[in-house]
Amino acid sequence: MAGIPHDHYEPSTGGEKWLHKRLPVVGLMYDTLMIPTPKNLNWMWIWGIVLVFTLVLQIATGVILAMHYVADTELAFSRIEHIMRNVNGGAMIRYVHMNGASLFFVAVYAHIFRALYYGSYKSPREVTWIIGILMFVLMMGTAFMGYVLPWGQMSFHGTAVITGLFGAIPFVGEAIQTWLLGAGAVGQPALNRFFALHYMLPFVLLGLTIVHVWAFHTTGNNNPTGVEVRRTSKEEAERDTLPFWPYFVIKDLLALVVILIVFTAIVGFMPNYLGHPDNYIPATAAATPAHIVPEWYFLPFYAILRAFDDSVWIVILTNWLTFGIIDGKFFGVLAMFGAIAVMALAPWLDTSSVRSGRYRPMFKWWFWLLVVDFIILMWVGARPAEGIYPVISLIGATYWFAYFLVILPLLGVIEKPLTPPATIEEDFAAHYPKSTGGSSSAPAAAPAE
Amino acid sequence: MSHADDLQGTRRDFIYYATAGGGAIAAGVGGWGLINSMNPSRDVLALQSVRVDISGLSEGMQIVPLWQGKPVFIRYRTPEEIEAARSVDVADLPDQSAGNDLLGDDAEATDANRTVAVFDGGEGVEPTFPEGALYVSSGLCTHLGCVPVGESGDFGGWFCPCHGSHYDTAGRIRKGPAPRNLPIPYAVLVEDTVLQLGEEA
Amino acid sequence: MLKTLTLTTALGLGLMVSTGAQAAGAETYVEDFDFSFEGMFGRYDTMQLQRGMQVYTEVCASCHGLEYVTFRSLAEDGGIGWTDDNVRDYIEFNGIELFDNTLDDGFGDFRPAELTDTFPGSQAEGAPDLSLMAKARAGFHGPEGTGLNQLFYGMGGPEYIASLMTGYAEEPECALEGEPMDGYYNTAFGAGGFPESCIDENGKHKVPGSWIGMPPPLDDGWIEYADGSPNDLDALSADVAAFLMWTAEPGLNARKQAGLTGVIFLSILAVLLYLTNKRLWAPIKKGRDE
Repeated sequence: MAGIPHDHYEPSTGGEKWLHKRLPVVGLMYDTLMIPTPKNLNWMWIWGIVLVFTLVLQIATGVILAMHYVADTELAFSRIEHIMRNVNGGAMIRYVHMNGASLFFVAVYAHIFRALYYGSYKSPREVTWIIGILMFVLMMGTAFMGYVLPWGQMSFHGTAVITGLFGAIPFVGEAIQTWLLGAGAVGQPALNRFFALHYMLPFVLLGLTIVHVWAFHTTGNNNPTGVEVRRTSKEEAERDTLPFWPYFVIKDLLALVVILIVFTAIVGFMPNYLGHPDNYIPATAAATPAHIVPEWYFLPFYAILRAFDDSVWIVILTNWLTFGIIDGKFFGVLAMFGAIAVMALAPWLDTSSVRSGRYRPMFKWWFWLLVVDFIILMWVGARPAEGIYPVISLIGATYWFAYFLVILPLLGVIEKPLTPPATIEEDFAAHYPKSTGGSSSAPAAAPAE
Repeated sequence: MSHADDLQGTRRDFIYYATAGGGAIAAGVGGWGLINSMNPSRDVLALQSVRVDISGLSEGMQIVPLWQGKPVFIRYRTPEEIEAARSVDVADLPDQSAGNDLLGDDAEATDANRTVAVFDGGEGVEPTFPEGALYVSSGLCTHLGCVPVGESGDFGGWFCPCHGSHYDTAGRIRKGPAPRNLPIPYAVLVEDTVLQLGEEA
Repeated sequence: MLKTLTLTTALGLGLMVSTGAQAAGAETYVEDFDFSFEGMFGRYDTMQLQRGMQVYTEVCASCHGLEYVTFRSLAEDGGIGWTDDNVRDYIEFNGIELFDNTLDDGFGDFRPAELTDTFPGSQAEGAPDLSLMAKARAGFHGPEGTGLNQLFYGMGGPEYIASLMTGYAEEPECALEGEPMDGYYNTAFGAGGFPESCIDENGKHKVPGSWIGMPPPLDDGWIEYADGSPNDLDALSADVAAFLMWTAEPGLNARKQAGLTGVIFLSILAVLLYLTNKRLWAPIKKGRDE
């Protein structure tokens, strides 16, 4: 697909021409920064910048923390306390890094649900979407391995439980778990390799971020109408778009700073609110915390993992069909990974001719139900698996799969969507109608630039 | 262009500059926080000042504790060694600066300027270490950082086996490639037999 | 339902086993003490920290350690308001010695503690280290596991410690029916033994708390403060809890100050950005008719 027509970088001075011939890096930066962006983007389109900022923040604080940390089971816990007590500004840096993980997930969930609502995953943006899902999975892995490093009780026993998931795989599970841990149990080899990977994966994420941005810069941004930017001529395109700098950079920065106010308040006034007290107890293999609860951002998927036990009919059926190979435990693992995998399939499961949920009256309801479902799963994931909670988990998990596998394909057929506006320009004009009374001031207000 | 336009333009620019300035400050504070975290941490700073119990030190004896990862000579000099050090004319020395952290750059390399001050325990209390007896200096040759050997060399002080530098009994360079006297750190008797190395932060 | 920790019993380890019924029903009672360091503007009360330090030294230290706390930190910025010499006097007065394996030609020997050393670890078996206890326990939870209470009351670590001190009570009647319980009944402690006779048919506990191994460590007037501050059980408990919050988070004052400065500064920046953004977009939003 041809990109949106726009002005490209023209080297003017001799030095610029010299460099441009050899390495067009300035041109690349110019084209990236001045990329035509649909001018009707709303405030849900800020999360990408928040995510980029958070990734950089986590890498910067993480590299500093790594300078003071030692990945040794004897020392790790006390090295964290060393950072908290002795290193200049260490407590702040560590709390920022710790809560930065939460900021990361708040932003990524908002980003993902925005894409789900406005159909950003649909053709031609499937590659952007799949790379995004891949990044999400890597992010979860990185966050999990980072949580191991303080070597508290939750670090230790959480590692045992999560690597235990792989142990549920039939035949080869135990071998995989042993390979992951480098030993029969969680210990020095696991801590050391998780540290190495926790350091490395963010840079992979950074690389994937570039590919992710490259992909949607090729297809153009989606926007709240789901209508494509007109690209038959530069003039038409310019009526639908504005350059990313300065319009969207400033807007995104405003949103970022507002979010950072909340973030700073959390770091400054209640930095341990999102954490778990048990992780301030040094790891010991001899005692398990009463509840092993993952960090909040894993809870929805953790709930799906736990939803399927041996008493659920589909598990019993699968067990029977596979001659007992797939038991409840393995089914849960498959369900958890499957819950993410179905998201990756959304571009092909969604059959609707209209992209944006704004013009899909039935879809809207199902979408918001998915959001509520996600929140309920998050809550129930932190509850003990007893009483009513497993039932809620099961209903929640079922809806998650039903949304992607049944509702998305069916809606495209039975739903009668509204007609989106013909152009982005039209949508923008509808939001900001020309002022009728203020025409006299209009010429004066138009700035020279 | 009307006057009103001008004013509006100035105000708009001001907002832009203030925003850019605010952003720069935020980035600067954050960046400085990260950079500053690489400066010595509190545990390291705390070790800049240590107290050494030297009650076991007897005449003619030397101990070489490590301080900040480097050896320090602490010596209870004999009257002969003191006499030998005092009989030298400062003008004859290759390095005439005391090199004592307590005294500053101008102090001359006299024996008195290179020994630890006597502890004042109050009226009528005899100090364990008499005047000029307690000698403290860095234990690294000023040439290339080897550890000199005590009670040896042409001047009865220290001799560096690496390249043959001779120091006298006050740690002053007398012969060989070393350029300076053995540096003397901040060293004060805080009790009769407790020596503090390094200033408290 | 509390996220409590069973330190004394090793539970089976494995997938999802931890969410089983063993921890079901343990209700505990944690009182919301009013500490000076709560809220955005809350800071440690230095005098209270010094009183709490005295309680720790005279009572807790005989069993419990503070192995992550250095002596020097008492006198540092954000310390408990002591000088280095105060700390040296404290070490000398209490005769605090530790084993240094560099002494005696590598055989090791005891020597007096120095400023750069940490407090000794726990002296009694089963007594947990107290350095981080105020952060390793949460007093407030709920409702329904949402953790919303912590938004309003704080994490409740120091409240938990104070409530544990004041939570010793007569054994409830239901406990007298069955086998005598080991330890002491405490309404704030959720991780200890609990008699079958106090569990109703739905598996719910009829009384809060459980049985703890530690005998009641404090009571009215057990400590005399030099400055004559109140020394009833509530005051002593609050003082030691405040001190243990300090040992867990000595940087609290600095952190809250940084948070406050950061929030104010970022708010100003947000206003500036809002104005910038508004002006930037104004011509686009209304001046479409060139």
